[in-house]
Amino acid sequence: MNTNIALVLVLAPFLGFLINVFFGKSLGKSLSGIIGTLSVIVSFIATAYFFSGIAAQPEGIRISLFDWIQISNFNVDFGFQLDQLSILWLLFVTGIGSLIHLYSISYMHDDENMHKFFAYLNLFIFFMITLVIGSNLLVLFIGWEGVGLCSYLLIGFWHKNQEYNDAAKKAFIMNRIGDLGLLVGIFILGNLFSTLDYATLKTAMSGPISIFDYWMISLAAFALFIGACGKSAQIPLYTWLPDAMAGPTPVSALIHAATMVTAGIFMITRLNFLFDLTPDVQSIIAVVGAVTALVAATIGLVQNDIKKVLAYSTVSQLGLMFLALGLGAYEVAVFHVITHAFFKACLFLGSGSVIHALHGEQDMRNMGGLKKAMPITFATMLIASLAISGVPLFSGFFSKDEILLVAFHHNIPLWVVASVASIMTAFYMFRLMFLTFFQEFRGTAEQKHHLHESPSLITIPLIVLAILATIGGLISLPGNSWLNHYLIPILPKLATAEHHLGITEYILMAIAVVGGLVGIGMAYAKYIKQNTVPTEDAEITGFSKVLYNKYYVDEIYDAIFVKPINFLSRFFRDTVETGLSALVFGFGKVTNEISYQGKKIQNGSIGLYLFVFVLGLCAIVSYLFLAQ
Amino acid sequence: MSTILIIFCVLAAITLATAFLTIFSKNPIHSAIYLVICFFSIAGHYLLLNSQFLAIVHIIVYSGAIMILFLFTIMLMNLNEEREVHRPRITRLGAIVSFCLICLVLIAIFINSKPIVGEYVTTGEDYQSIKVLGKILLNEYMVPFEFASILLLVAMIGTVLLSKKEKLQK
Amino acid sequence: MNNILNHIGIENYIFLSVILFCIGVFGVLYRRNAIIVFMSIEIMLNAVNLLFVAFSTYHQDAQGQVFVFFSMAVAAAEVAVGLAILVSIFRNLGSITIDNLKNLKG
Repeated sequence: MNTNIALVLVLAPFLGFLINVFFGKSLGKSLSGIIGTLSVIVSFIATAYFFSGIAAQPEGIRISLFDWIQISNFNVDFGFQLDQLSILWLLFVTGIGSLIHLYSISYMHDDENMHKFFAYLNLFIFFMITLVIGSNLLVLFIGWEGVGLCSYLLIGFWHKNQEYNDAAKKAFIMNRIGDLGLLVGIFILGNLFSTLDYATLKTAMSGPISIFDYWMISLAAFALFIGACGKSAQIPLYTWLPDAMAGPTPVSALIHAATMVTAGIFMITRLNFLFDLTPDVQSIIAVVGAVTALVAATIGLVQNDIKKVLAYSTVSQLGLMFLALGLGAYEVAVFHVITHAFFKACLFLGSGSVIHALHGEQDMRNMGGLKKAMPITFATMLIASLAISGVPLFSGFFSKDEILLVAFHHNIPLWVVASVASIMTAFYMFRLMFLTFFQEFRGTAEQKHHLHESPSLITIPLIVLAILATIGGLISLPGNSWLNHYLIPILPKLATAEHHLGITEYILMAIAVVGGLVGIGMAYAKYIKQNTVPTEDAEITGFSKVLYNKYYVDEIYDAIFVKPINFLSRFFRDTVETGLSALVFGFGKVTNEISYQGKKIQNGSIGLYLFVFVLGLCAIVSYLFLAQ
Repeated sequence: MSTILIIFCVLAAITLATAFLTIFSKNPIHSAIYLVICFFSIAGHYLLLNSQFLAIVHIIVYSGAIMILFLFTIMLMNLNEEREVHRPRITRLGAIVSFCLICLVLIAIFINSKPIVGEYVTTGEDYQSIKVLGKILLNEYMVPFEFASILLLVAMIGTVLLSKKEKLQK
Repeated sequence: MNNILNHIGIENYIFLSVILFCIGVFGVLYRRNAIIVFMSIEIMLNAVNLLFVAFSTYHQDAQGQVFVFFSMAVAAAEVAVGLAILVSIFRNLGSITIDNLKNLKG
């Protein structure tokens, strides 16, 4: 019974993909969209079924479909593991996924390839479910690669534009670099423990570990972290995420805010027993996360494209999550993942609504004053911005505060960095809000004439997500956390952890809130009171220019990696290849020459042939009779 | 020197001389005549070796049929005393070289095998008269006998086909 | 009665046959006229036939003569066909010299 429902959960989106790929064109736009959405809703219902049953079965459900690899003592089976962590992930992946599918029915309505879009979205959900639901690292890897592929397909969805194709390629290639790290980690783990199954690895690592094994495990953990960097856009593999905004907005909301980029965090949380054994790697993770958060926040301060601001905001928030992971507070990272999914998806969908209303305009310098024309969008985005800035009682406040608390208790400099990043987050989010919705409209008169609120299929998901962003914090209140209690089978340390609220905690909370309000206040002062509008691209100077050009990281990568590789390829093509082909052709030429000379023996003269007959006869006869 | 040996030497001399003259005469018709005489001398050798049937058959087939064919063909092609094209020196040299070579090889083989050749025995029975030959031919060698007849048939057909005049191109 | 070879000796026959064969080879390589070449081939065949009969007497076995029988049949067939080909060549090329038959070259 459980197996069947699990199979329905996994295969419903795949079925949707197949239907849309083969019959989508003939089904028409609305029907293909509805089928796509329904398949994800079916998965969500199946997940809800499992969620309702998990309390009675805390050890989770393990389903083994078939034996996959069996080599001497290395066995991998293709199995599902439905425990608290995977069900939690599945809930918000399928839940937010269905909301975004609903949104896309209206958003992509004018596109002629809408069925293809839904096919790819369904395929993505299928692979994401596979990633989350797998019982061993290999099934996770299948999903890992699959979501990378779907990300490529969806970023380059409007494939007629070469820049979008380049962005898609960039995303895929950077993901692949991270995947190499993931593979190395999987190989090391498989070699050390002869298994890739989570449960078996957990029991294997709870025993005594020798020094050599410790170094290998650290190496494996570091390699896995590199994989997570690639997928979750941490330094140095983050530059693909802002460029990935070339895809349609639902894609940005689903993949690059709520689901795919959280895969790295999922993997690390899954393997928490591994990372707990290697404090060195954990320190690296924490530092990388904090630095990423700060750097991305600084870049986001001056961006003018509404989606790019949100992209850098995503990178920054992911940095905060990795900071939490690096400090060993996995449950805090999971909490932030969930709340971030809610408000970031809401923000992206809202920005999509704005872009849709302005017929493709994405530059905030040409927006303004939209709050009258688009009230629902404004309200939902305001709620989401309040959440991300850490204003009390919204969900973001609780989750971000937990991260800052954990950072303070472990490492004060990291806490400072995280707090500065949070202040900047508040600033640039409200900069976005003020530039987009307040003051006067700065676009063309034509656009102004056509301004109107988006249709209900777009606003309903926005409203649902805004509500979730508001009340989402309730799942983990300080001192009484349902989430921590829920995750005890996955993270056994939570059972004994104390979470008392003392004076330090309250003071830290107050500092965080004040910081957020300061950020909002600075944005208000600059963009409302002083009524500044960001300058045109050509007029940006000084440090702002460096920030605006993203610290020239892309150019640096180009110079360090791309140009030498291109040079190397040209060298191989011009020198090595010509040499090799000359060598190979040379063999042919030599044979040709030899045969050309050899041809001259057969000159057609019968006398010569007869003479050779006789000689041959003599030779054979003398060999047979004389040489014995 | 017994009589038989003298007869053998005479016959051998005739054979070698006529064979030699066959090759070296300018006129093809003279070559053909010399060859006929050569065949007759070989028939004499066969008679010396007491194989009468073979001798007669040899004369009939070779001198009587094959050489007549040769003579007719020569006359058909109107080959009279003709000038041979100047042979390059290398071919003459090659011919002499091969002659010596093959002579040497074969005699060397014989000398090498001399110890194997033993006493000359005689069974006293008749082993090669027509009666015995006929029995052997039609008992053990029945199949080759029949095949030989097919071979001759095929040769005849082939010859007729090959000698047809080609149809003129239109 | 005695074997006739007692009087002559088998080695004489072998020498005769060998020299006859070599004359035939020489003739094939030396002359340029196709008819003479053919005749030289006949000389070679005859040399071999002679040797067979001599050895048939040596072994007191009739099988040698049977082989000669078949050899003669084959020689007859070969001459017939060979001369037919020669006639065709004469018709096409106008002369019999084997120097002209050079078209089978590499």
